[in-house]
Amino acid sequence: MGPVRAVSGRTLELIRSAGLTGLVRQASDYAVRAPGGDNHAGAAGGDDRTGAVGATDRVLPVVPELRPLLPAGGLRRGTTVAVATGVGEPSDEPPGPAGAGLGGTGATSVLLTLLAAASRSGSWCAVVGIPALGAVAAAEAGIELSRLALVPSPGPDWSRVVAALLDGVDIVVAAPPGPVAAVVASRLAARARQRGAVLVLYGWWDSAHVVLRASGGRWEGLGPGRGRLRCRQLTVVAVGRGAAARRREAHLWLPAGQGGAAPAGSPPGRLRAPVRHGS
Amino acid sequence: MPAEAANPRTLVVWCPDWPVTAAGIVDGVPTFAPVAVFAANRVVAASTAARAEGVRRGLRKREAQSRCPQLVAVAYDPARDVRAFEPVVAAVEALAPGVEVLRAGVCALGARGPSAYFGGEARAAERIVEHVAVACGVESQVGAADGVFAAVLAARAGQLVPVGGSARFLADLDISTLDRPQLTGLLRRLGIRSLGGFAALPAADVLARFGFDAAYAHRLAAGRDTRPLAVRRPPPDLDVAETFDEPLERVDVAAFASRALARRLHERLAGHGLACTRLGIEAVTAHGEELHRTWRHDGLLTEAAIADRVRWQLDGWLTRAARTGQGAPTAGILRLRLVPDGMLTHVGLQPGLWGEAGRQRDRAGRAIARVQGILGPEAVVTAVLTGGRSPGDQVRLVRWGDDRGAGQSDRGDGRSDRGDGQGGDRGHGARTRAGRSAPWPGRLPGPAPAVVLPEPLPAVVGDEAGGVVGVNGRLAVSAPPAWVSVDRAAPVEVVAWAGPWPVDERWWAAAQARRGARFQLCLADGRALLMLLSAGHWVVEAIYD
Repeated sequence: MGPVRAVSGRTLELIRSAGLTGLVRQASDYAVRAPGGDNHAGAAGGDDRTGAVGATDRVLPVVPELRPLLPAGGLRRGTTVAVATGVGEPSDEPPGPAGAGLGGTGATSVLLTLLAAASRSGSWCAVVGIPALGAVAAAEAGIELSRLALVPSPGPDWSRVVAALLDGVDIVVAAPPGPVAAVVASRLAARARQRGAVLVLYGWWDSAHVVLRASGGRWEGLGPGRGRLRCRQLTVVAVGRGAAARRREAHLWLPAGQGGAAPAGSPPGRLRAPVRHGS
Repeated sequence: MPAEAANPRTLVVWCPDWPVTAAGIVDGVPTFAPVAVFAANRVVAASTAARAEGVRRGLRKREAQSRCPQLVAVAYDPARDVRAFEPVVAAVEALAPGVEVLRAGVCALGARGPSAYFGGEARAAERIVEHVAVACGVESQVGAADGVFAAVLAARAGQLVPVGGSARFLADLDISTLDRPQLTGLLRRLGIRSLGGFAALPAADVLARFGFDAAYAHRLAAGRDTRPLAVRRPPPDLDVAETFDEPLERVDVAAFASRALARRLHERLAGHGLACTRLGIEAVTAHGEELHRTWRHDGLLTEAAIADRVRWQLDGWLTRAARTGQGAPTAGILRLRLVPDGMLTHVGLQPGLWGEAGRQRDRAGRAIARVQGILGPEAVVTAVLTGGRSPGDQVRLVRWGDDRGAGQSDRGDGRSDRGDGQGGDRGHGARTRAGRSAPWPGRLPGPAPAVVLPEPLPAVVGDEAGGVVGVNGRLAVSAPPAWVSVDRAAPVEVVAWAGPWPVDERWWAAAQARRGARFQLCLADGRALLMLLSAGHWVVEAIYD
């Protein structure tokens, strides 16, 4: 209780009003500034605020094209991100045409791009329950395959497997096999927060901090009987809770040329150039 | 005589036609039938029945088959021969220590000890032949002479050459027994046909005219083989085992037991200056069921790593029992045994300079190994890119923790291959990492599809008139695709398409042959599909998601 006494009553009130209850140790000069700035940081991350140096450490990088979509400019450790595939979610929009369960909206490309920068900078990733994930596309997106573990069929132990992976892997991508009980969901989210991992849900997830949804995909390069698929224009919308409550939108080329992403405004000449060959 | 003092008296155990016998032991080839083992289209070894039909060493396959039409042809596999010979060596070692394996099928041992113990070389030879026959079911012959070279020839003749009689025994043998085709061919043309004749040449002239190897052969022919046996040291007994009075049924109890066992194993390994890269965990339940699983690790297994793996494995076995899944043990674990494998000399581990990368890797490795404990080691895989035409072919899934380069040099266990009928074929040998950069005509241009369906979905692609689109032998499309119906769903309009990219793979192997044409389709709802038309049927192979 020593440090608490040192803080004045007014400051304590400020801390409490900001919901930053567990942070007394660094409260003294910090708490005065807290209400002025982004006071929903605690709600968004559920983790402690740290200084500028620590913040870069706690946020895993993403490619520049996806940066504006995420409130922290990257994947904040301890958070849950969902990439909506249009399967299993309560539909407030009319469902897509026939075969919507097949995907094709661009969710998988968004998912791979989301992992790419972190994987390249040395993070470990695991993908649970997506047997159809194209490893060649993953490599083209920039994911380091030797640091990517795949669990194609976790079976009934799905949540146990995800929980075990959250213990040690930086980014765990999980495709829920069906509706997930709220208890299981909150337990996994808590596990991710406690271990400083990022849980990326491929599919619907009620309680995610950020939900990315790809739509409006338009392929280029294919004509009637000629050409080949080259690149796709895609709109990705991010909605979420807390800091991510504001709807953000990005238009980008995904994939652009030889895999990877590019902002929508880039000249078409860049698309022709071999950006990077998957290796 | 100084020569005799230098020549160690040697017993040689020789198993005739070992490649054939090994094929019988490992692959279950009936060795009483005419069998021949071929290497590079030439007979390496033949069974007795095949020899009776005239099959000889060095014959071409076609010639051997013309002499004996019912001949069973087996490919030569040195690894199989050595593997099958190991029990024989162990059986010989049970009677006399200090065995040197000369090659698969032949091993040598010092004669002094056994002959003194069993009362004469003849008695010792008898005991060895009998023990090998009983223990391994393998026929063998024993010969004794001064020096290994003479003893091998004596074993083939089934003789015990008397002490000091090696030179006389060798003198009458054919020069080809030296097993140096070039030298013996030359000597034969010079009119020297027996070892005795070769030995009679002055040693200095042989050295001057034919070189060092010939000079060594000359010494052998003269019965002056002074090389001592390079004795095989039996591998130290490293496995640790523990029997429990009460069967382990709870995970926490098992964890406690595993920790103690892991410490014992680690201490034993450290005592030998070794570390292991593979760990076999064996358990026997109270009902006598035997469970076994091998864990691999691409680093070295430390004490904590061993304990963790044992605990996870026991956890996996016991919780599976609780959930009454299939293959679960029906009772608690009564006996536990740890068998280290893949030994390396332990030189200490060097962590990364900044520590970070290694620590992160360790954390991830532990988490993934834990999942392997829950689901089984093959449930976690990692993808390796290889050469191929379709997006599915370009990926090889390797069990996590296995060597990512494996499957090229050593196939290990073929489980790592993708189970789509491509696994285990001969084509994989060619698909090395270089195969990735090699041209694959007909390979689809990038970008690659993000979703590759493990099971292709049946589909129908139709034209304006409502008929199904087809491709003829000249790769002409019957009509432009206008709609597609995937898995009997309502048809969707096709706005753009490209193709066909013809595929004609493995036409040389009927069972794996694949012929078809690939198309890229862009649909009105914004989706893009990779379709394959094969034998008149359309399937969705992948989705550009």
